[in-house]
Order: sequence, then structure tokens, then C-alpha cells
Amino acid sequence: MLCDDCKKRPAVVHLTKMVNNEKYEKNLCEQCAKETGEAQIAFQPKYSIHNLLAGLLNFEPGTGAALTKNQGVMPVCDNCGMSYTEFSRSGRLGCAMCYTHFSQQLEPLLRRVQGGTQHAGKVPGRTGGTLMLKNKIQQLRQDLQKYVSNEEFEKAALVRDEIKQLEKDLNEKGGE
Amino acid sequence: MSLNNILDQPLTSWMKDPGPDNDIVLSSRIRLARNIGVIPFPNRATEEQLNQVVETVKNSVGDLTKETGTAFMFLDLDKISPLERFVLVEKHLISPVHAQEAKYRGLLTGADGVVSIMVNEEDHLRAQVILPGLQLEEAWQVANSVDDILEAKMDFAFSERQGYLTSCPTNVGSGLRASVMLHLPALVITNQIGRVLSAISQLGLAVRGLYGEGSEAIGNIYQISNQMTLGFAEREIVENLQSVAGQIVEQERLARDYLFKNNNEQLADRVFRAYGILSCARIVSSQEAMRLLSDVRLGVDLGIIQEIDPKIFNELLVKTRPNFLQKIAHRDLDAMGRDMMRAEIIRQTIKRQT
Ligand SMILES: [Zn+2]
Ligand SMILES: [Zn+2]
Repeated sequence: MLCDDCKKRPAVVHLTKMVNNEKYEKNLCEQCAKETGEAQIAFQPKYSIHNLLAGLLNFEPGTGAALTKNQGVMPVCDNCGMSYTEFSRSGRLGCAMCYTHFSQQLEPLLRRVQGGTQHAGKVPGRTGGTLMLKNKIQQLRQDLQKYVSNEEFEKAALVRDEIKQLEKDLNEKGGE
Repeated sequence: MSLNNILDQPLTSWMKDPGPDNDIVLSSRIRLARNIGVIPFPNRATEEQLNQVVETVKNSVGDLTKETGTAFMFLDLDKISPLERFVLVEKHLISPVHAQEAKYRGLLTGADGVVSIMVNEEDHLRAQVILPGLQLEEAWQVANSVDDILEAKMDFAFSERQGYLTSCPTNVGSGLRASVMLHLPALVITNQIGRVLSAISQLGLAVRGLYGEGSEAIGNIYQISNQMTLGFAEREIVENLQSVAGQIVEQERLARDYLFKNNNEQLADRVFRAYGILSCARIVSSQEAMRLLSDVRLGVDLGIIQEIDPKIFNELLVKTRPNFLQKIAHRDLDAMGRDMMRAEIIRQTIKRQT
């Protein structure tokens, strides 16, 4: 069995995790298991989340620690002036743009401390862009599949038309 | 509503009205973290930028009042004393961190104390909704509509991939922290609490003792919250915690039943001893108060003590905190002075009942 994360090395660590009453099985190689630190994050009694984060960041090979040695390529946010070293020390970002500037370094971190890397929740009307529309289309596609497999073809046709219309709206918005 | 109202009343409405399962669940809380546009987060913002956030937020006071039907007011933390700020902490209206730094920091709060919004804490906005008992979904609905009202006037920092952008990456995505405060004396007395807490931590939830250090909880009050904010819909997070909380409530009920049926005399002795000390003692430390109040509350919930209204438990939890004591004393108190004052207030509150 190959590791679920890197899909390269053989899986040697097998984790079972309950998330929202659903059982998830995760099979990881030794290296990825160490990197995700699944086991340690679960229960932190007297914890400071910032210290914990800073710890994770500092020991991550290839980002914080390695970059400190090579000042030339150290990313800095041009909106708030925060450097990645400062972030790894404090565990806090400086502004919304930091997420763009440090996206490469943040991805593995988010994968470790969060349940995923793609937002699945509420979308604000003003700054949500086309996400609301995209989510709606996604939902309708799922409905469509359900209707087709239930052989409710009339309903399926209606949903298909609605998807077409929304995709047209999306293209128009994207073209602005 | 006035500032004095907020500061002097020990009970905000969530403490007064009972909610479902309120014999075990003291409160349900939802917190949403939001930031405005590309204004740097409070840890990196200039004074001018912090002030810009404050002014933007003040623009929503009218909307909140109109659309929720509850009077909202903006409180400038720089205009009240440090003691008053710590009273707000003890009433769970602001965080300890928020009480430290006052300049360009604020609190936007509704008259009923259900909704409170910290301005320029770790994020520009931290909207909090507290309801009594186990009412997480209801609290989420209120928080969601407050968020809609705020969003109508503000461009929240948001990305399609990472959702709502926050200062700490552990809040990014939904920006949602849901938590419940549970009183679990019977699970502690029957030595089952360790098993329950470690099971909870396997579910992606964090547990901490409310007033104690680390996992030790003085007064047997535990707070349980979600750890992950990215990758889940708000409803999933809320439903997950609601269902886990419901299961813990069941476990606590079973443990209370067991104690009541099998150790009735020992239990009654423990409860009445606590009642005896609290009704008569002249010097009571904060920790002793928490411990004994927990025992008395258990006795009230099980009907062993009948003449006390369970509500006074919540009232005394706030009234006996060090800063609140000084606030009602209208003077500085040393440790001994506080312990005497605390004992007096507890005696009076209990006597008022009987
Ligand atoms: Zn791997
Ligand atoms: Zn930045």
C-alpha cells in the first residue's frame, strides 16, 4: 500500500480518525507521518497555539529554517512588510496578502493543522467573487447525477438547463 | 443600556434564561473571526489603520440595532479603567488579551449580552454569540445573521481557496470557533473524566478546564471546542460539536444517576458540607468557592438541596471573580479583603434564597 499523502513511499503508519462522526483512515509513510504530526496535535492541554505553530514552522525542512540561511530568497509580504521568518517566530500573519505571498510555505502547514486546504464554508457576497456561483453549479451537478441514476429524466433536464444558464453567467463574470 | 449596566450586572441574559440541558451545559458559544480588506491585521497595523477599522465598525452599530431589534453600543476600551476591562473579561465579553491593550481597541455589544464583537483583538473583528444551555445551532444562526449585517458594509478578506483570512492560520477558512461549557462533577467524582476527555480529543476537538491550569478544572467546568476551521462547512463543525456535547451530557447523567442510587449518603454528605461552608464561612478563596459551588450545584440539580435556585450558581461564578469583587466593593482589595468579601457575597446570595 502506498502512502496517501506522497503516493511514493510505502505506507507504514495507519491512523484512524473520527471527523464529524465519519471514520477516516489514513495510511502514511514514515516521513509523511512525522510531517503531519497527526498524533501530537490532537490533545494539547495547557497549550499556546502560537508556540505550537512556531515550533512546527521552525522544524519544517525546506521552508523556515532552510530559508533563514539564504536571506536572498526569503519571501516578504509587500503589503504589510512581514517576512516569513517573523511569521515562523510569532505564528501570526500580518495581512490578507500574506496568504498569497507565503502560499507555498502555508500549504503544507495548513494540511497539517487543518482538516483540508480548500475552504468549504460560507462565502461573503461582496468579496466572494464567483465562488458562490461555482458552489451552486457544483451542487446542481450532484443533483443532476442523482436524478439521472434515479431515472427522473424530466427533473434532470431542468437541472441541466439551470447549470447551463449559471455557467453562462459565470463566463460573463469571469470575462469582466 | 449604559456602560454601568454592562459592568455592574453579574448576569448577562445568557446566564439568566435557562436553555436546553442547562443542568450540565452552562453555555454554547460561536465565534467568527473576520478581517477587513488588505488593512494589516491588528498585530501589524499602524494606529491610523487601527482607527480606520474602529470607524468602519462604528458604521454598523445602527444596522445591528435596527436589524436585530436589540440596542447595540460601541465601547472604547481606552475610555474605561483597566479594572473595568477585566470585569468585561470575567463576564466573558472580551478576552484577556483584549483587556491588555486598550488604544484603538473596542467592544461592540448588544444590550442583552448575547452578541459581542471584539474590535482589533487578534483579528479586526471577532464576533461572539453566547446562548445558555446546549444551543449551538441557534447560536450559529444568530452569528451568521450578524455576519451578514456586518458584511453588508465591509469587504471581508476572503480567498476562494482559504476562505476567510485570519491572522493565525489555525482560524482560517470558516473563522469559526464553536464551544460549549460543561459542568461535569459526576464524571470527575466517578473517575471517568480522563476516559471521556481523551475520547473527545480523538475527535478533532480541544478540551480545557475553564478556570484551572491545563486539563485540571477547578469547579469541574470544561470547555470543548473545534480545532479545525478550514475544509469544513460551518454547519458540519456545529453539528459535530453539538452531537459530541450531547453524548457527554448523556455520560454525565448516567454518572449522576449512579452516584444518586449507589452512594446517596456520601453524596448528600459532600453536598451538604459544601452548602454548610458556603452558608457560614467568613473567608473563602476563589478556588475553594469554585469547588464548593460545584458540589452545591450538583446537589441542587439532583434535588438533594431544594431551597436554592440553580441560577445563583452562574451568578456566583461571575460575582466571586477577583475583579468583579473589587468593582462592587468600589475600592482596591488585597487578597484577604477579597476572600472576606467573597464569603460575604456568597452568604448573602444564598440567604436571599432561603
Ligand atoms: Zn508519504
Ligand atoms: Zn502581509
